[in-house]
Amino acid sequence: MVTNLSILVLAGFVGYAVISKVPNTLHTPLMSGTNAIHGIVVLGGIIILVQGAAPGFLNKLLLVIAVVFGTINVVGGFLVTDRMLEMFKGGRGRGQADVEAGPSEDGPKA
Amino acid sequence: MIVASFVTDSNFRAVLYIVSFGLFIYGLSGLTGPKTAVRGNRIASVGMAVAIVATLLVPHLSNVVLIIVGVAIGTAVGVPAARQVKMTQMPQMVALFNGVGGGAVALIAWVEFRDSGGFADVPTYVAIFSCFAAIVGSVSFWGSNVAFAKLQELITGKPISPFGPAQALVNGLLLAVAVACGAAIVAGSHHEILIIGLLVAAALVGNLLVLPIGGADMPVVISTLNAFTGLSAAATGVALNNTALIVAGMIVGASGTLLTQQMAVAMNRTIPSVLLGGFGGEVTAA
Repeated sequence: MVTNLSILVLAGFVGYAVISKVPNTLHTPLMSGTNAIHGIVVLGGIIILVQGAAPGFLNKLLLVIAVVFGTINVVGGFLVTDRMLEMFKGGRGRGQADVEAGPSEDGPKA
Repeated sequence: MIVASFVTDSNFRAVLYIVSFGLFIYGLSGLTGPKTAVRGNRIASVGMAVAIVATLLVPHLSNVVLIIVGVAIGTAVGVPAARQVKMTQMPQMVALFNGVGGGAVALIAWVEFRDSGGFADVPTYVAIFSCFAAIVGSVSFWGSNVAFAKLQELITGKPISPFGPAQALVNGLLLAVAVACGAAIVAGSHHEILIIGLLVAAALVGNLLVLPIGGADMPVVISTLNAFTGLSAAATGVALNNTALIVAGMIVGASGTLLTQQMAVAMNRTIPSVLLGGFGGEVTAA
């Protein structure tokens, strides 16, 4: 448990450090991307099912719904993020393909 | 046979989880730059695939059909929804996807409660983290659904305040009810009515928290709920002793909180003013 708590705290700092500064245009795609990542809760449902724990119809029904929900979160989340970013990339390609590095504030709104 | 016992070894699974959250962190750092964002998102999705495959690598698989059915239905719903949504409707789609994630967390906590006889035969910390996950997951599910309904204009985008100035007080009382149910469970009470009461009270909090918020402020709200779901996923990870869940959930919880702050600043708002005030009456595409 102490190990898990340490991982929890360290992961929190990693999350903070990774997202130190984000250009405004990327706020929505980033929100969508992190949204897809927490779809990892689908693992929770799969773990309990795979271990054969929680017998009984209602338990299994709830777990299958949880897996459905988690899968929608993962699949939908990553696809939607990809679509947002594709639009972003297309806009850059037309107008500002030669902007080299650094956050650009003038890209099309995603 | 040697290969089979190797891939189902718990250490091998642990290594795959490390690979998976490494990919999440690398992908997420890519998502913060315009040039690397597309690749970053795809790297993170590979990480997700690794984590799911790793979870299935156990010596004796049970309920395979149920898992396949669940994943198939989820894919059948999620893919067309994500493909067909219009660009202007993206924020509410994110809200919906965030909501189902929170719903999954709440359901898992409920099943854990039922399966362990009300957390009778598990360490206290498992009960604490599960109750936390159940409350936050339920708030996130219902709050996200309201956010979706508002942006989709299923209900008015204008602020709705059923309790007027007493709104914050009512929310606080309902949250106190949810926490009290959780405390009773942790203290050793095993009645199922407690976990149901907890989920229902948290559901009301989720609804009442988002109803008074106007459509224009919704992106900040969705981002807040996104961070909430991340935290609840991390709590589920502690309860289930699963590293991938802890790391991925907590990264989303932390980065989501920071992102919410940045979004609020970019919109000239503060997070408390968004969550407590009835500003932003007009629905705008964010």
